[in-house]
Amino acid sequence: MTTPKKIGDVILDVRNISLRFGGVKALTDISFDVREHEIRAIIGPNGAGKSSMLNCINGVYAPQEGSITFRGRTFSHMNSRQVAEMGVARTFQNLALFKGMSVIDNIMSGRNLKIKSNLLLQALRWGPAEREEIRHREFVERIIDFLEIQAWRKTPVGQLPYGLQKRVDLGRALAMEPQVLLLDEPMAGMNVEEKQDMCRFVLDVNDEFGTTIVLIEHDMGVVMDISDRVVVLDYGKKIGDGTPGDVRGNPDVIRAYLGNS
Amino acid sequence: MTTTFPHLLLRHAAERPDAPALREKEYGIWQTRTWREAASTVRHMACGLRALGFERGQNLAFVSDNRPHVYLGFVAVQSVGGVPIPLYQDAVAAEMVFVMQDADVAFAFAENQEQVDKLLEVRESVPGIAHIIYDDPRGLRHYDQPGLVSTADLLALGAAWDREHPGAWEALAAQVAPDDVSVILYTSGTTGQPKGVCQTHASFIASARGGVEVDGLSPADNVISYLPPAWVGDHLFSTAQWLVAGFTINCPESAATVQIDLREIGPTYYFAPPRVFEGMLTSVSIRMEDASAPKRWLFERCMALARRVGADLLDGRPVGGWDRFCYALADAAIYGPLRNVMGLSRIRVAYTAGAAIGPDLFRFFRSIGVNLKQLYGQTETCAYVCIQRNGQVQLNTVGAAAPGIELKIADNGEVLVKGVSVLKEYYKRPDATAEVIDAAGWFRTGDAGVIDAAGQLRIIDRAKDVGRLAGGAMFAPNYIENKLKFFQYIKEAVCFGHGRDQVCAFVNIDFEAVGNWAERQGLPYGGYVDLAAKPQVIALIGDCIAQVNADLAAEPGMADTQVARFLVLHKELDPDDDELTRTRKVRRKFVAEKYGVLVDALYAGRTEQFIETQVKFEDGRKGSVSATLQLADARTYPAAAQRAA
Repeated sequence: MTTPKKIGDVILDVRNISLRFGGVKALTDISFDVREHEIRAIIGPNGAGKSSMLNCINGVYAPQEGSITFRGRTFSHMNSRQVAEMGVARTFQNLALFKGMSVIDNIMSGRNLKIKSNLLLQALRWGPAEREEIRHREFVERIIDFLEIQAWRKTPVGQLPYGLQKRVDLGRALAMEPQVLLLDEPMAGMNVEEKQDMCRFVLDVNDEFGTTIVLIEHDMGVVMDISDRVVVLDYGKKIGDGTPGDVRGNPDVIRAYLGNS
Repeated sequence: MTTTFPHLLLRHAAERPDAPALREKEYGIWQTRTWREAASTVRHMACGLRALGFERGQNLAFVSDNRPHVYLGFVAVQSVGGVPIPLYQDAVAAEMVFVMQDADVAFAFAENQEQVDKLLEVRESVPGIAHIIYDDPRGLRHYDQPGLVSTADLLALGAAWDREHPGAWEALAAQVAPDDVSVILYTSGTTGQPKGVCQTHASFIASARGGVEVDGLSPADNVISYLPPAWVGDHLFSTAQWLVAGFTINCPESAATVQIDLREIGPTYYFAPPRVFEGMLTSVSIRMEDASAPKRWLFERCMALARRVGADLLDGRPVGGWDRFCYALADAAIYGPLRNVMGLSRIRVAYTAGAAIGPDLFRFFRSIGVNLKQLYGQTETCAYVCIQRNGQVQLNTVGAAAPGIELKIADNGEVLVKGVSVLKEYYKRPDATAEVIDAAGWFRTGDAGVIDAAGQLRIIDRAKDVGRLAGGAMFAPNYIENKLKFFQYIKEAVCFGHGRDQVCAFVNIDFEAVGNWAERQGLPYGGYVDLAAKPQVIALIGDCIAQVNADLAAEPGMADTQVARFLVLHKELDPDDDELTRTRKVRRKFVAEKYGVLVDALYAGRTEQFIETQVKFEDGRKGSVSATLQLADARTYPAAAQRAA
């Protein structure tokens, strides 16, 4: 029906990452790569180390071993701000929005890194600062339009249902115009309809903006439907890697999810 | 005096080029187009269509929400001698197939990816749809089907064609005559297949002009266009009257934001079916019930005053000085803010049509100073037959004949209409046309009504629905159903009784209102099916029915048609399941057949009945819902005549 999308070269390469918290091995020798424009899923049972993996890429955790190569630059550990400036945005499993602020302001906060005028000018909303704000606001409005949340533009985020808050969270990440978007369980706690909506938005983001997406998800159905390739973790180890079809047939993966027969 | 829509648009563009013609809220800002810009868009759209091979006499289907390109597209199509056919945008693909085939549609306009997908699905069975023009390119980048073109490309194509063919568009537009068909509106198909109603430029313009004169509409007015463009009401208000009066139409950002957009625009002229007003009143009532006691007290007091003098003030009847003073105070404290919350602050004239309006609802809006009036008409008459004049507004009638319209009641009680707004014909259906228009030009409306001494028309029921009970009493189901629906707890009702010895009713609860009621009663429930089956809810509905029965008992000739037994349905009647038409009218016969088991059980005097029904979801998937329904007896009253005797 539609022309296939173009998957490019490796944009993010994770090599032999190990992460320990004291004696607890959260991740052991994990390697995988992410190609440009693809949707890459990381799946696994509870406590498999999915969020830890994302936090390593994101610079929240510093792994003891291994390296991460992003767009040709290799790091032994990432720094959150640097990561953001390089064009990696993320959403959170447990929402981290500003509950008292409106939808617009929350998404506007995602533009923070892009705003160049200084605090004083911004406070006075004078000259270049005003022009800059108008430009950013326009961008935010496009995101609002994209995510179809026009009706709640000025509603404080805390008053919105959970599914919509998740959408705002995605909106804030999109406001950074990321090249890579890390989504930490974007469908957790949603009903079927909200999940369908979110799936469509994830696919649309990938399609419209060409954004590379790394996605952690619990819902196997969702993962199999929308991802191009899947990494499976269990107890901090990689037990599978490949297309959804490959992974579905992998005996180790079946064992991890369903236990031994 | 006679003219065409493209000429009207060009005249506005020439006379007032910089005045606002349309607005659409996009990216959070109301974007205005002037008449000059509107005319230029129409010109380029029209030329673009020609460049794609659109010929005089062809039809173009519109499947879209209210967008500027839809309204401008209508005129563009008309200007090259084509006919626009707006379709209901929420119809599923299968429902569009018939119309697309019937109207030989080769060109279609789709709002977005969702509608394009539907049209592509339709194209599998109607291969004639060669060109699909889409307004919003989102998600369509990778579509490579033949014949897809965006409006942006269409406009560019048109601009180029215009340069290559100087004067061609003017020549085409000059060929359009007032007696040409300007639009084909498909009837909702309460009975059988939809029929295409062909209306000419002349009749829609005359109808619009009548309304514009009655209410003194001017270019200074603002309306919000949010009703389905396929509905005759929207076509009259947002297209015909827009071009005749030259006011500004405002397209909301999305269906979900209509209420917000309404408040931002503050229209001066407003049109809505009763359910929209009902929705406003329900949300006000719910919020008032949650308000603190002093606020509720103040609200009650002010509303009591409004009920007493509000309508008189609006109609200019004499009201005492003290009451005027109190009303002015209450207006500042309650009515004004209330109108503001509902977005009705600037309303000069508001109309309701499409269904009967509840007495409480109608009085409420008039009493707080909203000049709400009724009009009457159908697709076949450009929604223009009767119109209530200022100062002559009554609840029970739909007003006197509109300018240019004659009225007559047939022997069987059916309302007959002759005049400017009557349809030219049904598309390709001379048989159906002959059935509704007689040799002298009288159009049969299908409604049973009475004209009173003052010339005001009162509609009782659909002529074909009026039946008789086995005992011989006249049975007007809609009349009873409307009385039931006026209760906020009842969303929909269906009455049966023709050829039976008594009347029985199906009731759909209003989930929001009953849900709120249940919460206040501390009654836990787990969704629609569960709530509808609660004995307390059935008792609540029983009380409503008892009140209707008391009303009916008091009316001459109606006492026998009191509702004897009823049940509360476990699912909402839905257009997707064909139980309602797209304009949300009950398909009585279909419902009677589909729920035959329940009707039989009601008449057999049973107290419960199991039923399993198929449901269709919005995406076309099917499922089933089953429940065991409680059937209950309703309180009935002796006829008033006996009591009086």
